[in-house]
Parts: sequence; C-alpha cells; structure tokens
Amino acid sequence: MTVNSIYKEEKKSAFQKVSEVIITMASRPSGFIGLSILVFHIILAFISPYIAPYDFKAINPTLMLQAPSAEYWFGTDDLGRDVFTRTILGGRTALTITFFGSLIALLWGGLLGIFCGLVGGKIDDIVMRIVDAFLSIPWILAMLLIVSLLGTSTEVLIPALGFFYGKGIVRVARAATHDVIAKDFIVSARARGHSNFSIIWNEIIPNVRDAILVEGAMRWSWMLLGFSSLSFLGFGVSPPTPDWGLMISNARGLMSFAYWAVIAPIVGLSSLIIGINLTADAFAKALGIDRSTKAPV
Amino acid sequence: MSDIIQKVKNLSIGFKSKKGEEILILKNISTKIKKGETVGIVGESGSGKSTLALAMMGYVKHGLYTIGGECEFNSSNLLNMKSKDLEKIRGRKIAMIPQNAGQALTPNLKIGYQIDEALQLHSDLSEKEREKKISELLNKVRLPSPETIALRYPHELSGGQQQRVAVAMALAGTPDLLLLDEPTTGLDVTTQAHVLELLNFIAKDTGTSMVYVSHDLGAIAQVSDRIIVMYSGEIVLEGPSRDILKRPIHPYTHGLLKSIPKLSLAGLPESMPGSQPQPGIIQSGCSFFDRCNFSEDKCKNNSPQLEFLKELNTSVRCFNYEKLLKESQVNQNVNKIKNNSKDKEILNLSEVSISYAKQKLLDQIFNRISDDNPTVKDININIKKGETIALVGESGSGKSTILKSIAGLLRTKDGFIRFDENRNLSSDLKERNPNDLRIIQLIFQNPDESLNPNHTVEEIIAQPLKLYFGLKGEELNKNIIDLLQKVRLGEFYMSRYPRQLSGGEKQRVAVARAFAAKPDIILCDEVTSALDVSVQAAVLNLLQQLKEDFGTTYIFVSHDLAVVRAISDRVAVLYQGRLCEVGPSNDVYKFPSHPYTEVLLGAVLEPDPDIKPKLVAEDIVEEKPPEKGCSFQGRCSRILGDICKKDIPPWQLTDSGNAIRCHIPIKELQKEQF
Repeated sequence: MTVNSIYKEEKKSAFQKVSEVIITMASRPSGFIGLSILVFHIILAFISPYIAPYDFKAINPTLMLQAPSAEYWFGTDDLGRDVFTRTILGGRTALTITFFGSLIALLWGGLLGIFCGLVGGKIDDIVMRIVDAFLSIPWILAMLLIVSLLGTSTEVLIPALGFFYGKGIVRVARAATHDVIAKDFIVSARARGHSNFSIIWNEIIPNVRDAILVEGAMRWSWMLLGFSSLSFLGFGVSPPTPDWGLMISNARGLMSFAYWAVIAPIVGLSSLIIGINLTADAFAKALGIDRSTKAPV
Repeated sequence: MSDIIQKVKNLSIGFKSKKGEEILILKNISTKIKKGETVGIVGESGSGKSTLALAMMGYVKHGLYTIGGECEFNSSNLLNMKSKDLEKIRGRKIAMIPQNAGQALTPNLKIGYQIDEALQLHSDLSEKEREKKISELLNKVRLPSPETIALRYPHELSGGQQQRVAVAMALAGTPDLLLLDEPTTGLDVTTQAHVLELLNFIAKDTGTSMVYVSHDLGAIAQVSDRIIVMYSGEIVLEGPSRDILKRPIHPYTHGLLKSIPKLSLAGLPESMPGSQPQPGIIQSGCSFFDRCNFSEDKCKNNSPQLEFLKELNTSVRCFNYEKLLKESQVNQNVNKIKNNSKDKEILNLSEVSISYAKQKLLDQIFNRISDDNPTVKDININIKKGETIALVGESGSGKSTILKSIAGLLRTKDGFIRFDENRNLSSDLKERNPNDLRIIQLIFQNPDESLNPNHTVEEIIAQPLKLYFGLKGEELNKNIIDLLQKVRLGEFYMSRYPRQLSGGEKQRVAVARAFAAKPDIILCDEVTSALDVSVQAAVLNLLQQLKEDFGTTYIFVSHDLAVVRAISDRVAVLYQGRLCEVGPSNDVYKFPSHPYTEVLLGAVLEPDPDIKPKLVAEDIVEEKPPEKGCSFQGRCSRILGDICKKDIPPWQLTDSGNAIRCHIPIKELQKEQF
C-alpha cells in the first residue's frame, strides 16, 4: 500500500514555517512584486549611507535647481543639494520610526483587544467605548498637539504613532478573539482552571496571531503615509535630515520648473507604500486569511 | 426504459492536489434511479455521498471537477449542460432539500414570500393561483394554520417547521426528482420521526422519486426502497432496502449494522476497527481491506469489481460475499457492561435551579439571581461512585445546562452541588480550588472544536499534567505516552496536529486529556454524536474500558437513546429543565412509563424496516416551561385535566426503584399503551 504525500506533515521548526510562508507569498505575481519592492527599500535603507555619491547636507548655491544629468542623476534642489543622495537616504528615518511604531501598535492593540475579547462584560464595554472615543478624534490634530508639546524627537514620535495606529488593531484583535473564544477548547481550559494569562498565551494567541500580524502589516503602510504627512507639515523629522515628506514639502513650490526635485521622493514614498500593501495582502493570502471577502472589523 | 429518471454512468469526480496529483472523490460510479422510487445513499463522512447527490443535479462543488462519466437526466447529460439550460431543470425537474433548513431560508423574508418566489420561478401560475398554491403546499407538509405560517419569518419557526417549509419550497416546482441531503440530521428525535413520516407520505402521494442522503441507517431504513452503500468513493453494495438491512452481503455494511447500538439490546456493540481511508490514499487492493474481518490474501492486491447478483437483485463489491450469504442474519454480539457502582455517593445535586434570564439592575448589584420560572428547576440526583448516569431529553431540556453547572461554568440559582457526601462545590469556577477543578473533567461533543488547532497532541495532553501535577521533562513525556497507550494511540501521534487526525482519533485525544487529570467524575457532553457510526462503538467501548480500569463516574448527556441504552447504568429523563423520570436503564427502557419517556422511545429510528417509529405526541416545540403544574402538560397525550395544569406532579416509586413524576397512578402508567 502506498500513501500519497499530501497527508504527511512533519512537525516543522519556526524557521521552516516562516520560509514556507515567504515562498508561498512570492509564488503569486503581486506578492513577488510587493516583496521585491519592500526588500529593495530595506536593503537600500541599510546601505545608502555608504553608497551615497554626495554629502546630503552640502549646500552649493552655484548648483541650484540643476536638471538631471550624468553627474547629478536626479538633479539638484533649491539649495544645490543632490536629489539622488537625499532620495536614497530619505526613507531611512521614515522606515525606522514607522517600523517600531507599528510594533508598538501591534503589541498594545493586540494584547488589549485579546484581553477585552476574553474577559468581556463591563471591562470590555468601558475599554471599547474609550477606544471608540479616541477613534473619533482626527489623529493628525492630536499628533500635532503632542508633537508641538513634546517636540519631534524619535522618542516622542514612535510611541505617539504607535498609540494612534494601535486603536484600530484593538478592534480587529477583539473580533478575532471573539471567533475563537466560543470554541470548546477555551471552555475546556477554563473548566480546568487555567489562569486568564495562560488562556491568552496558550490558547488564544496562536489562533489570532495571523489575523493580527496581517492587520499590523497594513497599519505599517498607513503609518508611513501618516508620518510623511507630518513631515510634510513640518512636524516630522527636522531639517537638514533628508526625508521624503519634507523633500516634497520643500520642493512643491518649484514644481512647475523643477519637477525632478518632487518626483524622486514621491516615487520613493509611493513605491514603498505599494510594496508594503502588496506584501501584506500576499501575507494574508499565504496564511489563509481572505481580506477581500472578510472585513477585519 | 422510460421508467428510469436518472442515470449515472461511470462518474468520477476529483480534485488536483497542490502537487498536481489527481485525487478521486468519486470513483467510477454507475447507478440508475427509477420513477417513483426512493433511494437511500448511506456512507460515512468523506465517502462521497453528498458529491454524488449534487452531481445528480448537475452541480460539482467549487474546487472539484468531473474527471469522466456522465449524469443523465431525461437522456441529457447534466454535467456538460450550459447553466441556462440547467436553470430550467433545477427546481422544476430536480429539487434539493438541504441539511440545515434554518440556514437555507433567507432570514429577513417571510415564509410565504419565499415560497412565492419559488413558484414564480418554477411555475406559470398567476398571482391569485400562487396564493392558493402556497396554502396548499403548506397544508401538504402539515404545517398548522398555513395562512399565519406564511406571514412569519424563518426564525419564528422551530427546526422541524423550517424543514417542512424547505420541503414545501422544493415541492413548489412539482419536481420529478427530489434530492435530500441529510434532511433530518440536525433535528430532535421526535421531530425527525415526524419529518420522515411526512416524506414517506409525500413520496407515495406525488410519486416523486427521492434520493435520500444520510449517514444514519435508522433514518434510511424508514424511507427507502433501495439502498446504495458508499465507502471511500465507491459503491460497495446496492440493493433492495430490506435485504441490505436484514442480510447485508458486504463486510462493511455487515460490520456497520453490528456496531449500531439498538434499543432492544443492552450493552455495548462490537466495534469496527480502523477508519475510512482519506481520499488520495491509493491502495492497491480493496479499499476496505484494513478493516475487514473476512479478508483474504487476494483482497490485498486485487480490487474487487461491483458484481450484480441476479437472484438477489443486488450489486456487491467483494470477493467473499458468499461467506456472508450463508449467514442468515446479522447476529449482534454485545459486551454486557459491568455495573461497578458502589454504594458510596460521589455527587449530589439537590434542589438545583439554573436561570438564563437577564437580571435586573438591583439584582445585579446585590449579585443575586431572581427568576420565578428558571430554565432548570428542582433537580435532585444522587450519583454513586463508579456509575454511568445518563441525562436524556430533546434539545432545550436543560441537559447540557446541568453539565455546565456541575463543571462550574454556569452559576446556579439555588441548590447545592455536593461532592463526596460532605464537600460543597461552589457554582462559581473562581471559587473552586484546583483540586475541586481536577476531580471533574469534561469531554465535548465536537473534537474539532475542543482541541486547539495550533497545538500538537503532545501539547494538548500535557496541559492538565502540567497544571495539576506540575510534571516536567522526562516524567511528563512518559505520562503522555502512557495516556496515549490507554486510548489506543501510538507514541508517534505526539507530534501530530488535530487536523491530521480522523474524527475518532481526535475524540480519543480528548478522552486522554480528560483522564490526564485523574478525575473522579467525567462529564460527557454528546461525545459520540459528531462521530461516524463505525467509530462511535469503538469510542464507547474505550470509555467503558477506562471506566472499569479507573473507577471513574460518568455523567453522560446524549440525545441518542440507543447509545444511552448501551452505556448507562441509570437514566434521568428531562423535559424543559425538569426531571420526569429517574431509574435504572433496564427498567426505564423495558417498561416505559412516564408519558414523555414513551414519546422519546417511540420516536427512535432503528436500522430495521420492520420497526416503525410510533408517533405519539405532536412535535411542537415549547419555548418556555409552563409556570404551573407538570412540565409536559403541553404535549402530553394522557393529560388528566386541571390537576396536570395546576399541581406539580409528585414522585412515585415503582417496585424496581424507578422514580416517576406524574399524576397518573403507577399501575396505570405501566400498562402497555400500544
């Protein structure tokens, strides 16, 4: 008797599982494109200080607003700085801040959501109404308030962004927990007398992890856009640090005759956001979560 | 040949696996359905019976595709027909009745409107005529006062009534062929018997051919003229209903009939070893070889062909059917269960009431429950150490509710739950100490839900061991292997995930997890109802064996009276959260005496065409228990009058120790009613 291989499944190590998910993601064209863009941006962020052809803050009035040439590939801006250098460096701050910001959002949003879903009752009611109240505040106004009070340092921006983008994750995590909580294995763990912590850690997290991770990945791209908007308004990174949002803001008045100074950071920003979005979608599909038919909240 | 309505020719349906292998769900099926005939298709889950039924109306589920063969209806092949043409056939010529009518009806449209829609599509009647037809149809499926039913929404009807509406909708197009996919599976025993009787009547009255798909031989036995037995995507036996049930000549059917518990036989039936191979597992020989008692060497490498026996009008796929031909009848051997209950009382429920009512603010503040008419009331049961007590009743009778309270998952309103004669168990989980939690363990109905899909078997069984005994490392491992052996699973199961196990294996893991806590009492909530029939007996035998080894007490909840008969020492019959009868199972089953017990026992479907269910009471569903008097007054056929409506009936004791709660004197009750 021969047995087909489809039902054989060995216990896999974490590394094997992750690599399997990545391979599945890359097997779809959209996933492949998204992953490539994202990986390209991450590598660029790591190596750009070493490959940048010019100093990003070297001001040279004689070279003001040069069109792209063999020497200055993307031209120069109104202060004579090399746009290429500033573009490849411009994603570093945004990527770092939003990456850690999403991690914080994921952690507090996910854990609070799971906790509310598990305990239910009055605590759940109260917490969710507070979350709703925060959701109704336009985040950009609140962010501006925080930043103008506490400054624009990384230590302020990361937790502030993490807080405002975690609110939505609370709802998703709570909904995912509600799906799991009715199952008998939770009832069984309760009847055995496990603590709430043990139930969350052993029974719920393994079952809601995928949904929350996907949500976190989507939030990352939104946060990137949000952070760039802050920079655009002048509340993100401070000059002369190169940043796409700031670069767009500086060069937008000269768009009619020096389009190159705007286009380069726009391409950088939008390609990164598209890359993260496509990757998150492919990630969801690889994990078997269909975002198109099932809304997360 | 005009009397043949549907012809299935060499039909194979399958899917492609990720690696591109072709995996067959149906393997070369050929059969015919005659006009006016009712054909039952039986098989375990995964045997391909639903796929075959759907193919008969030209539908192949998403992800599957037709590999070869055809389904001919009125001499046109449905499987390569255009969807436009199929639309004309579906509903008008072939109609389908789904398993769960509650989900098949649109929740926000009135019943009358939904039937009207079906009529508009499938007939050419005018509006006036349609209105008349709707009443006619609802009358035909015996729904009370059709005019008011037509104005209701699906959620206002009971499960049985919803199923009747689904039948009415299917009949709207006056189809020639009616496909029924497990139409009574989700229903209560009494309702099930009524719906089957209705289907029988409709088959005779309209002359419609029916194809009846079910895993339940008992239901099939009541309706079909001919039975097709499927196993692993193949037809293994096909023939007249009576012959197949009385003298099955295929070892699978033979074993299946042997493993179904019957009302007339106390004790556990023999179990069938193993489980059905999953699709895609290619075997060189007979697909039933591993589980067969009659197998020979040639069965291992040669697959038998379906052979038509003219004298019996039966087709069989087996080399050795002649051996079975000689056996005149299925001789069911049962292992008598040992009653090893001791006199010592282990759990005592006294005056327990449970309420689901939402409490008023004042009561919420003082943390008390007030409800004059609680869901469960006045439950007094003494449970002895080592016995198996079964709680039976229809859905809504409060049997699971009582289990939850014993486990501490649901607060009681009044009453005590006392363990070991003197220890009061709090009804709040948080107030119980770890030892009180350990002594009571639960086994759930559906192992798919009770095992965490992201944990391996090892992690699942390790949980109670770590929690209660703090085991670690080598010792933990040894204990897990030990427990797996006790439930007859090998050590290699440790690294598997629940999705890699069959239903029976999953339930064994759940049993092992319950026993890992070394409990005194195990609460079994419908533990076999999600399992296939051939696996059910094995799990029951395992539970009985473990009980004898460990001296555990079981509280067994089930709606299946034959299963309860097989495993329990004592039975408590519940209606609307009130006890009706408590007594040793032998007495309860031998001399049914409470009118409700009689209704329940009468409705049991047995896989025997000679035993017809007795329909005593109406299958109406009561929402709430009556405020005064006997709980069963609304449906009782022997109601005495005002006394039943005013006074709660007293407990009466029979000579054998059977306690009955009824106003009718014991002597009267024990007289044979039929």
